[in-house]
Amino acid sequence: MTGIPFPIERGHVLAFARALGEETAAVPPTFPIAFAQFDPDWPLRMQPGKPWNGSGAGPGVSSNGTGGLHAEQEFEYFRPIRVGETLSARRGDGRTWQKPGSRGVLHFTERHFEFYDADEKLVARSTTVSVRVEEAR
Amino acid sequence: MTQVTRVVVTDLKRTQIVMYAGASGDYNPLHTDEPYATEIAGNPTVMAHGMLTMGLAGRVLTDWFGHENILRYRARFKAPVWPGDTLTVTANVTSMAEGRAEIALVAVNAAGTAVLTGTATALVTGETE
Repeated sequence: MTGIPFPIERGHVLAFARALGEETAAVPPTFPIAFAQFDPDWPLRMQPGKPWNGSGAGPGVSSNGTGGLHAEQEFEYFRPIRVGETLSARRGDGRTWQKPGSRGVLHFTERHFEFYDADEKLVARSTTVSVRVEEAR
Repeated sequence: MTQVTRVVVTDLKRTQIVMYAGASGDYNPLHTDEPYATEIAGNPTVMAHGMLTMGLAGRVLTDWFGHENILRYRARFKAPVWPGDTLTVTANVTSMAEGRAEIALVAVNAAGTAVLTGTATALVTGETE
């Protein structure tokens, strides 16, 4: 199985659901975003031994986050995700496009994660659209 | 029933934003760290994750159709959500074919500003009413 393992753990699902004000461990439709916890390349997590952002003694320094604003998000399901299974996540690039905006040119970038089960069947796809503004000169 | 309107959060608390950061893994300090949010990012306070709003709005879909019946859910983030916000979601069935409902939804804050718009597809079972 290629891809990055995404174990669907009951405690993780419950913590995520509670953050949305729910009390059940049913898998919320936005749960695949929490794959970030298992993504070795996810930039918004403290990495041991590396400087971390945010305030400490001072207010911190500016970071670029994930390199753009989160503009849109989509989840598609081919079957429900089940607590206890381990999915395999594969990253893919999507479309890029641009359009004029009031503050400058808007650059849109689409990224996908596809989640496969142990039988290599596609279970869910997550699509993230981020936007970066190229300031007008 | 073809439309549902529901308050999904009242007076959003910073701690709920922290809970969402912890569960989702989005630890951008913009969302949880007041000195960073105000002094470095230049915002009035910490900003809720767009994905928290999408998740809250998604509860309207899952309560209506059932978790297992949501086939697709897409959202566009329109305006920031801040601590203290009360969000109301209105979801409409826009069409129905072959046992599938197409849904349009909008989340507005107390000022009536749309903070999120979205669409979804759900499987309609006999239990959906």
